[in-house]
Amino acid sequence: MSTTTYNVIGTRPVRHDGADKVTGRALYGADLQLARMIHGAVLRSPHAHARILRIDTSKAEAFPGVFAVVTAADFPEAPADKIVDFGEGDTMLSSLRGNILASGKVLYSGHAVAAVAAVNAHVAAEAAALIEVDYEPLPCVLTAPEAMAPGAPILHDDLPNGNVAELIRYEMGDLDAGFAEATVIVERELDTATVHQGYIEPQNATAFWSSDGRIHIWCSTQGSFVARDASAAVLDVPVSQVKVTPMEIGGGFGGKINVYLEPVAAMLSKKAGRPVKLVMSRRDVFTGTGPTPGSRVRVKIGVNDAGKITAAQAWLAYEAGAYPGAMVGPGAMTVFACYDIPNVLIEGFDVVVNKPSTAAYRAPGAPNSALATETVLDEIAEKLGLDPLELRLRNAAQEGTRRADGPRYKRIGCIEVLEAMKASPHYNAPLPGPNCGRGVAIGFWFNAGLPSSATLSVNADGTVNLIEGSTDIGGSRTSLSMQAAEVLGLRAEDIHPTIVDTDSVGYTGVTGGSRTTFSTGLAVHDAAQIVVEQMKARAARLWAVDEVAFSNGVFSANGQSFTFAELAAQLGATGGPVSCSATVNPKGVGGSIAGLIIDVKVDPETGKTDVLRVTSVQDAGKAIHPAYVEGQMQGGTAQGIGWALNEEYFMDTAGDMRNGSYLDYRMPTALDLPMIETIIVEVPNPGHPFGVRGVGEANIVPPLAAVANALYRATGKRLNRVPMNPATILGL
Amino acid sequence: MKAFDYAAPASLPEAVGLLASQPSARLLAGGTDLLVQLRSGRKDADVVIDVKKIPELNEISFNPADGLTIGAAVPCYRLTADAAIQSHYPALVEVASWIGGTQIQGRASLGGNLCNSAPSADSIPLLIALGATALIAGPAGRRSVPVDEFCTAPGRNQLAPGELLVSIQIPAPAPFSGAAYLRFIPRNEMDIAVVGAGASVTLSNGVISAARVALSSVAPTPLFVPAAGESLLNQMPTAEALEAAAKIAQEAASPISDMRGTAAYRRHLCAVMVRRALELAVARAQEIN
Ligand SMILES: Cc1cc2nc3c(=O)[nH]c(=O)nc-3n(C[C@H](O)[C@H](O)[C@H](O)COP(=O)(O)OP(=O)(O)OC[C@H]3O[C@@H](n4cnc5c(N)ncnc54)[C@H](O)[C@@H]3O)c2cc1C
Repeated sequence: MSTTTYNVIGTRPVRHDGADKVTGRALYGADLQLARMIHGAVLRSPHAHARILRIDTSKAEAFPGVFAVVTAADFPEAPADKIVDFGEGDTMLSSLRGNILASGKVLYSGHAVAAVAAVNAHVAAEAAALIEVDYEPLPCVLTAPEAMAPGAPILHDDLPNGNVAELIRYEMGDLDAGFAEATVIVERELDTATVHQGYIEPQNATAFWSSDGRIHIWCSTQGSFVARDASAAVLDVPVSQVKVTPMEIGGGFGGKINVYLEPVAAMLSKKAGRPVKLVMSRRDVFTGTGPTPGSRVRVKIGVNDAGKITAAQAWLAYEAGAYPGAMVGPGAMTVFACYDIPNVLIEGFDVVVNKPSTAAYRAPGAPNSALATETVLDEIAEKLGLDPLELRLRNAAQEGTRRADGPRYKRIGCIEVLEAMKASPHYNAPLPGPNCGRGVAIGFWFNAGLPSSATLSVNADGTVNLIEGSTDIGGSRTSLSMQAAEVLGLRAEDIHPTIVDTDSVGYTGVTGGSRTTFSTGLAVHDAAQIVVEQMKARAARLWAVDEVAFSNGVFSANGQSFTFAELAAQLGATGGPVSCSATVNPKGVGGSIAGLIIDVKVDPETGKTDVLRVTSVQDAGKAIHPAYVEGQMQGGTAQGIGWALNEEYFMDTAGDMRNGSYLDYRMPTALDLPMIETIIVEVPNPGHPFGVRGVGEANIVPPLAAVANALYRATGKRLNRVPMNPATILGL
Repeated sequence: MKAFDYAAPASLPEAVGLLASQPSARLLAGGTDLLVQLRSGRKDADVVIDVKKIPELNEISFNPADGLTIGAAVPCYRLTADAAIQSHYPALVEVASWIGGTQIQGRASLGGNLCNSAPSADSIPLLIALGATALIAGPAGRRSVPVDEFCTAPGRNQLAPGELLVSIQIPAPAPFSGAAYLRFIPRNEMDIAVVGAGASVTLSNGVISAARVALSSVAPTPLFVPAAGESLLNQMPTAEALEAAAKIAQEAASPISDMRGTAAYRRHLCAVMVRRALELAVARAQEIN
């Protein structure tokens, strides 16, 4: 456990962007106003699967107030097999292009087909409705099992295995021998529905394609460089021709990594010669962006009399949506990641279906597979008469444990998280009465490294400007500033963070993969160390000494000393300003384990679940700003509970989403959840100077299973489908 | 949303006159249905007539003889704050505090809820249970329609072209009477009733002397089930009697399956929600009042 003491790290300073956000001054993409700016609207497919026979835009073009209309035909062809890598894995350029504006076929209801730019958004919408599209509707297929069945409608002619885009197989040990040693074997199959991240701020993009060929994009993105690179790839221009200015972002959770509107706004701007703004409606967000896959997962686990898992097998089929890339890889890698299991077989299938192309959502792929593993373990614990946490402790992954997909863990906090759950006040409190149940589950997420850059400039008044490129979704301005302040011996308030555009800072990966506090934090840490070295050299020059010590913000040598601010005031006289940059591409990523304890009460007559008490436990490595760590834990838990209980894309048989509004999508509101208690566990990550592990994702992995287990205790029923909504609970 | 003209008449005659010259005009009270429908393209309008400036549509008045009059444009927040409504119609306060949330209640009116005529409208089953009538004005003068006959199909009602709703009139509560509306939603706020049930009960010497039951979200219109109330007449309010009345209401329902619930689940909920609404109405009737 973490024992180092710090001055700034571990405290809870007020966030640097707090005043702007609570007073409404913070600028989001929809707030942007530019001279001569016009507004766009996107026409979307009403069909889940159809051939586009003809698009006639003439009426829209002739509509008064319209400046430009674009379709796929306006975009450069994507070479059939060109692969682009935006740091989060490979994507086929043709898929990216095809999803931006459909050509040939539409693959889901909501697929963008054309776009209009006009004097205002209402005129643009009216004109978009005048675009004539002749469709030849094709049969659609909406779930992975159906899409894998013989005779299913085929989405892409060029996939070798029908609708299966990828097969994954991880094997370790001897599965049959392992099951032969088991005395208890449980196998279950569970389905999850397509769900959306549910960020509050809809996607938006404003673009200006200048007559000199430079393209400037303002958007709501988790990664300005990824938005730049993806837009450049789709538009087939060099990356240096595109500048992305990230606006404030109202949530992303993985859903704002991909580009949707950016290239369209750019192409409209090129045609119109003016800046063009596009803002999605909530329905567009649901049907036209990237939800997380629905899935079917089958898990079989065998345990011996000692409560040791002898073998485990998983079969996972995830719905990629319209284009390959269902995150079944991470689903397969995490399915047994919390446990030390000698004999394993995991098979995963990435299956295309006629739904929106899926995107990342907080630990993408892991909640789906953990649902199956963690409910099967619950059942096994019950059969063995073991406490469910005790069963997990007997099998918990430790340093050196090998995962079926290859890696061996370095230091990992699985046992520490389980022990913290066991010792928690919540786990030791009685349940309040009848129809109540308590469930537990744990989950793992890798977290990511990826490149990050930062620049620190020392001001003469002793403060420091921090220039960085990580869009701030969960308080990263402050958690980064705190790391600089810790190194420099300053207060968090002495650091002034600014998030700049892609022309103004070194390459920085997405705010995703729980990596920002880790990777950008490392860049900030390294830059701050260079600042210290340079400041020491200045002090050495002033004092005419060779060695200067630096500790707690004070430079000293031979009994003389300067505070950081005193020395900062002398920089002009000692050689000029100090400004230092660092770019990192760290390898020492530390995975995070999270656990959840949840109490529910079910109304036996209506099937309604009330969530009574929730405790989220997570290994943060080191909590830089504990309040933001708690916020991540609470946020991931709230989303996971919503996913478990009520959220789903409710599609009709034609593949049209019938609940594309927050009224009917039924995310939990503030009244639906109690205060979520948190326990931060700190098992420092040896790969980070302060021990940071990412905390943004692992917390959403346990809730699905924990809720399912709690519902079983409350009702005696093991349900096989998420959402476990009231009707499902009553079997109606 | 298409551009439209806007008018805000300051008197009822002016409004009726405007409506006569613009029969396709859309009326706007709080706009919490209308503006959403216009923006999403489900409805369009060339002219929107705002009724909020008409004095009669903004009145709340209660007297023990005639009961309660609620102007068609009175927003929910005024109902929940009204002392007479709080003491004589507690169920009405509950409904007004359930429609939308705080922001919506600053605008949303019961008149709008009634005239939008959604099968799921929360206030209508209660208004039916309370025996309310709708006062309508139009080119031919004024007329009254019982709320239980007002809605004719999803989004449709008895209002003829040129007519508008002036107020909703609710009889004074009888001694030893109580009413309730309960809705089932999977969340605790911001949701559309999967099933809603309104009930009113009057007791005479402990025996039920009047009862009315209505449902929402289980038929093309809010559904008045006279037989459910009649089955309770001259009965003690026993668990069995309430259960039997609930079963009658359940039989009358013809729910559909949609994203908010399956038909089978809705049918099941009908019995549960009607029984619970009756229990609450009886409990209120039994309170000393
Ligand atoms: C976020 C949100 C949550 C909601 N939650 C609920 C809920 O929980 N329960 C519920 O039942 N509803 C709900 N609604 C729907 C809506 O708020 C209610 O139906 C509300 O009572 C409508 O009142 P209004 O004054 O806003 O009506 P408006 O939108 O102004 O009008 C509604 C309809 O009635 C017509 N109309 C208005 N006044 C008159 C008149 N005097 N004469 C004739 N026609 C007239 C209009 O033309 C329109 O067709 C919700 C809406 C939103 C946006």
